[in-house]
Parts: sequence; C-alpha cells; structure tokens
Amino acid sequence: MSRHVVVVGAGPAGLGAAAGALRAGADVTLIDASEHPGGQYHRMPPDAFAAANPGRLHHGWRGFERLRDHVLGHPRCDWWPESTVWSLERPDEGAPIVHVLRGEADAAGRERRVLRPDALVLAPGAHDRVLPFPGWELPGVYTAGAAQALAKGERLVVGDPVLIAGSGPFLLPVAASLIEAGATVLEVLEANPAATVARGWSRRPWELASQAGKAGELAEYAGLLARHRVPYRTGRAVIEARGDGRVEEAVTARLRPDWSVVPGTERTVPVDALCVTHGFSPQLELPVAAGCALTRTSGGAFTEVDADQRTTAPGVYAAGEITGIGGAPAARTEGLLAGWIAGGGDPGAREARALRRRRDQARAFAARLAAAHPIGAAWPGWLRDETIVCRCEETTYGSLCRAAGEEASGSARAVKLGTRAGLGPCQARVCGPTVAELLSGKVPGANPHHRPIAQPIRLGELASPPTENTPNPDQKESAR
Amino acid sequence: MSARLVPAAGDAAGRRPDVPLRITVDGEPVDGAAGQTIAGVLLASGRRTWRSGPSGAPRGVFCGIGACFDCLVTVNGVRDVRACRRRAHDGDAVATQSRGEDAR
Repeated sequence: MSRHVVVVGAGPAGLGAAAGALRAGADVTLIDASEHPGGQYHRMPPDAFAAANPGRLHHGWRGFERLRDHVLGHPRCDWWPESTVWSLERPDEGAPIVHVLRGEADAAGRERRVLRPDALVLAPGAHDRVLPFPGWELPGVYTAGAAQALAKGERLVVGDPVLIAGSGPFLLPVAASLIEAGATVLEVLEANPAATVARGWSRRPWELASQAGKAGELAEYAGLLARHRVPYRTGRAVIEARGDGRVEEAVTARLRPDWSVVPGTERTVPVDALCVTHGFSPQLELPVAAGCALTRTSGGAFTEVDADQRTTAPGVYAAGEITGIGGAPAARTEGLLAGWIAGGGDPGAREARALRRRRDQARAFAARLAAAHPIGAAWPGWLRDETIVCRCEETTYGSLCRAAGEEASGSARAVKLGTRAGLGPCQARVCGPTVAELLSGKVPGANPHHRPIAQPIRLGELASPPTENTPNPDQKESAR
Repeated sequence: MSARLVPAAGDAAGRRPDVPLRITVDGEPVDGAAGQTIAGVLLASGRRTWRSGPSGAPRGVFCGIGACFDCLVTVNGVRDVRACRRRAHDGDAVATQSRGEDAR
C-alpha cells in the first residue's frame, strides 16, 4: 500500500507539496478552506463570475494552471475544498491525526472528518502584519492583503481614492491590482529610506540572476506605477488615520531610518480608503498544534525545518511562508521538496538535489527583500496612550504598558489576562506579534501562536460523530 | 466615492454579466451579484461598517481573508460568520452583531 500524505493549504506551497508527493507515488488528500486552489497569491474569482480570463490579473498564471490541473486531475489526489483543519491530535507515534470540518465557511453543522495520514505537510501560508497606529481600527482602513483579495477575488475596489502605505515589496502588486481595477492610487509609501531599500536590493547582485522571474514581476509593477503617475515615496509612513466613524484622512510623516517620526513633516491627505501592510505573519497555529519547534528570527517566529523541509515533529513537514517569508516561487519549490520527501521519495534523487538548490536560491532572494524592508525599532513612537493595540478587545497601548510595569503582572500571560490583549475572537492572530514585541524585555515571554483550537468549531459540530477517511482511489471525493 | 464592483462590461478578467441576488441586512433588502461574499455585497452597496467593538465603535472589513474576525455577522440565525469568507446566497438573512453581546 502506498503512503498517504495529507497536505493542508492549496496555495503555491501546498500545490507544490501535493505534486511532489504524487510524483513520489503517494496517495494525497489536499485540503483548503477556499473553494479553489491558488491560495492568496493565485486567488481565483468565484465560479459564478464565469471569468474567461482570470489569468489577466495574475503573474505566472499558466504555470499555476498547469500545476493545478495536474494535481486536481491526478487519480491519486483527493481534493477537499471548503475544508478547515480545526485540530491536530498527536498520537504516541507517527504523524498527527487530522480533524477536518467540511462545508461553507463558519456554517453550522459542517461535516466532521478524521484523517490518519502517514505524513502531514503543512502549508497554511501567511496574512498581513499591520503595526498599530492611532485610528487603524476605523472602517476604511484595510490590510493591503484585503484590498488585493477583494480586487482579484471579487473584482471590488475597497475605495477611491486610496493611499497605500507600510513596508515591503507587497505594496507594489497591491497598488497594481487597485490601478487595474480602476481606483485612483494617491501614493505608495515605503517606510524605509531609499538607501536601505537600495542596499538590500543591490547586495550580492549574482543572486538576482537566478530569480529573474520575481525581479521582473516587481519591475513590471514599478513601470505600471510610473505610467499612472503614482508616486512611490520612501522614508514616509502613515502615522495616523482620522475620521468620524470611518477613515477620512491619513496623516503621513517622514521617518528616520529607525522609523522615528521627523517632527514637522506631517501631511494630512484626504482618503476614501487606506491600505496598510508592514510584512507578513505566518499562520503558525497548526505547526504549534502539531508540536513543531519554532525558530525565532529578527522577522519573527517561523516553523523550524531541516534541509528536506522536515519539522521537529514526527511525520510533519512544512513549506511556504510558515518557514520564512519567501514569496510564491520559494514556497512552490519548498512544497515540491516537502511533498517528495513526505511521500517517500529518495532524498538523494537528482530531482531532490535540484529542488534544494532552487529553494536555496529563492530563499536568498527572500533574505535580500527582507533586508531591504526591515521594521524600524522606533515605530512604537507613533503610538499614543489611547491607541488600540488589540483590535478585538480594544486594549490600548497605555494599559498594556501599565500592566507590563506592574509587579503583580510578572509574565506575558498575566499581562494578557489583565488587559485581555489577544484573548478576543481573532485569538491574537493580528496583535500577537505586536504585543510580544511591545512586552519583550519587560516581562517573560509566552508563545503568541498557541491556540487550543486552530479554527472555530461550533458545539453542535463538536458533539456530532466524525467520519474516518482512508484513501481509496475508487471513492474520490474531489468536487471539481 | 466608496467601494464598488468593477463593471462586468470591460472587466479584464472576462467576467460574464452579473447574476443578481438579494439578501437582507437587519431586515433591509440589499442587492448583490452571485459570487460575491457577504462582505463584498455589503461593501459594494456602500456600507462600510456592520459590527461594533466592545466600546460600540464601528467595525467592518480589515484583513479580508478570515484572520481578523472584525467582519463577523449572523447569517440565517447562525452567529459569528466571517462575512469576508462566506459567499452570499439569494435570500440570506444577515443580521449585524456587536462584540458587547458576544457570548465568548
């Protein structure tokens, strides 16, 4: 009997992992919360739109379609759309038991399924990291990823005119999507100074050659901005959003390289929507639930993997953004390697060696981008006492600082319980890294990624008995 | 100008003419197009806020991909549905909710 590999996430990393495991001869169950594969990078319009040319909105669409059709059409692949992993159970030996809910997002009475794979590949991806600033909770302030998802996935522009601000290469495709969808983009603000961006990009130029695709994609966005006369300003950030019940104005200011505000450089810009991103947060709840060790880097915590994408948990592999923010090409390559090894493929095979080389090149490119777009340490300077840090619980910066200063607090957990920061519906997905950073050095840390339940499940669903699944090619459940 | 749908005619993605659907929000009819999420229908109809935080302050869509839980609504009697992740169906009865009354 061949090995059964469960892959969680069907973005670039997960699709790659499924393809790698299939190539190694394994049976694959590919799980994703969406109706379609592609993840956030290749987010597809809904079936009801019957879009004839979705590729017009995407880079590398043909390659994606080929990979998708190969994986979803493969006789050994079972594709589970609209499926959410809500829990991973660790048995005494072997890979985790995977608990899945199948059905519409957050519906009541979804179907419970249980999978007992030989190996598990985790590829859940990442979401925007947004640093707090006064007024960021106002409606009309979006993450850049939200603007991108709504433009690509629903053909909706979040507002007009729009200001895009924060840091990182992701600002460019978001601006491109909004321009394509017909919105006026006032300006794109990169918080880091031109010198930092240029130094990061031009370091070790030979690395660029192997990543011509990604570099070309970014150059194309820059060209589009220029054609539409959208200024790309470096060393400037949005430090406040203002408005009565919704965003009406953004306050921008010049920043020093450490992201401290240069006084007197503030400008007020009327906006209809404000899109912000300062990088990405990996979705670490599943690796943490699986018992995987994390590595802490200057860019935050990620899942620790060896040269073959193996995590420290038995039978668990990781690929894509949860192992480090690297973008779609790196994610796909990591997925292919993780899937190949998880599926029982020979680690010494020529193909595996080539994949490791390609992965390392893509990673080096990602490291270059990270160096070009660091988060400046002085950003908390734009917070005020009453600025909300935890959106769910409306915990303010002032109350967090006071709790951290009190002797009774003593630990990050005590601060959380005292201020409720991170205890609301999002379970610290948004504020977790920020709260950890603000408390670091003040109180002993806690793991901001631990969630007893990875995704919400309703009591009725919990009470209903689950169905066990074993792979059987004759009973494929793929809903295509 | 506020949020809007790219017109189907002239959409580079080659989308077919929209298939209309109608939902209600707190009893009031709101028109949308098949394929939109509930958040998409609400945003395109000119609404930006439909939930309130603990203090009563208005909230709408923030992350757009199901991570922030700011856009929660009640759909056909089921609470805490992420509006950005749920496709709208013709006839859906959507009710706004506030964090203050959450049972968590």
